[in-house]
Amino acid sequence: MLEIAIGIILSGCALGAGIAMLAGIGPGIGEGQAVASACEAIGRQPESQSAVTTTMIMGCALAETTGLYALVIAILLIFLAPGRFVNILLEAVKK
Amino acid sequence: MSILFLILSILPIIAGVAIKVLFIPASEGISVTGAHIFFTIDLPMGGLPITEAQVNSWLVVISLFFFCLFLTHGLKTKNISKRQVVAEWIVEKVEGLVRSNMGEFFMGFAPFICAILGLSAFSSLQSLFGLYAATSDINVIAGWSVMVFFLITYYKLKAGPLVYFKGFAEPVAFFAPINVVSEFATPFSMTFRHYGNVLSGSIISVLIATGLGGLSKIVFQWLPGKIGELELFRIGLPAVFSIYFDIFSGCLQAFIFAMLTMLYVSGGFPEEEYYKRKARKMAKQSN
Repeated sequence: MLEIAIGIILSGCALGAGIAMLAGIGPGIGEGQAVASACEAIGRQPESQSAVTTTMIMGCALAETTGLYALVIAILLIFLAPGRFVNILLEAVKK
Repeated sequence: MSILFLILSILPIIAGVAIKVLFIPASEGISVTGAHIFFTIDLPMGGLPITEAQVNSWLVVISLFFFCLFLTHGLKTKNISKRQVVAEWIVEKVEGLVRSNMGEFFMGFAPFICAILGLSAFSSLQSLFGLYAATSDINVIAGWSVMVFFLITYYKLKAGPLVYFKGFAEPVAFFAPINVVSEFATPFSMTFRHYGNVLSGSIISVLIATGLGGLSKIVFQWLPGKIGELELFRIGLPAVFSIYFDIFSGCLQAFIFAMLTMLYVSGGFPEEEYYKRKARKMAKQSN
C-alpha cells in the first residue's frame, strides 16, 4: 500500500512538472514575434541595427520571465517536492 | 608589479578549486543539489550559514579587485600600454551605455553598472572552472535584486513622498493595489530571470554530459578492453554546448540584469517634479 502511495506522489510530481512547462509555449510565440518584427525593422532601416538589437534582447528577456517562473516551479517539483511529500507521508504512517 | 596583480587575480580561482577539492564531498551521476554549507555562524536571530555560493562570490570580488588594479595601475597620458587601452575601452563603453539609457543625471551610476556587469558575468563564468557558479544560487541574486529595489525606491522618493505615493494611484486610484504588487514584483522577476537562466543552463549541461556518457557506452561497447570503457563522446563535445549554455547565456544575463537596473532606476525617477522641487527649494533659500 505504501509503495502505491509513494508511486502516486512521484508520478504526480513528474506530471505536474511536465504540465508546468506547457507555459513555455507563450514565451516561445512571443519571442518569435519580437524577433520577426526586429528583423523587419532592420530590413527597413539597416542603420538602426544596434538600437533595435538591444531593444529586442530586452524585450525577449521580459517575455521570457513567465516561462522561467514555470521552469523554477518544475525544477522544485522534480528535485525538491518528492522527498518532502514522501517524508510527510511516512510521518503520517508512523502515527 | 603588474605580474603580481595578475597572479593575485588568478589566485582566488585556484583557491576556489582547492576549497572545492578539499572540503566538498564528490557526487556521482546527476545530482542537482543546492550550495554546500561549509559552517553556520550562530546569531541571536538564527544561524547564518556560510555557503559555497557566498564563498565563490567573495572569491570573484577579490579576483576582480586585483584584475582592476592590474588594468589601471600606472596610467599615463602618452605612450599608453595595452592594458590601459583595455581599461579605457571598458570605461568608455560603460559610460556610453549609461549615458544613452539613463541620461546625464545618472552618470554617477556608471561604476555601479560596471560592477554589476563584471560580478554577474564572472560569477556565471566560474562554472567553466568546475566551481559552483555563485549566480546559480537564488540567494545571491536575490540580494542584488533587493539592492536594486532600494535604489529604485530611493530615486522615486527624490521628488518628495507626496509624488511617490501619488504615483501609485496612476492612472486611477482604483489601480493602487495592483501598482503596489507590481512594485514588489520587480525584484522577484529580476531574481527569477537571472537565476532561472543560469540554473537551467547548468542543468542542461549536466544532462548533456551524462547522456553522452550513456550513449558512448552503447556505441563503443564492442571496442576491446579499456578503450571500450572510456566515454569517448564526453571528450570535447559538452564544451561545444557549453559555449552557449555557460558563456553566451551567462554574459547575456549579466547584460540584461544591468540593463534592467538602468531602465528601472531611470524610469521610476520623476524628473520634472524633481527639478520643480529643487527650484522651489532654491527660491525658499534665497528668500
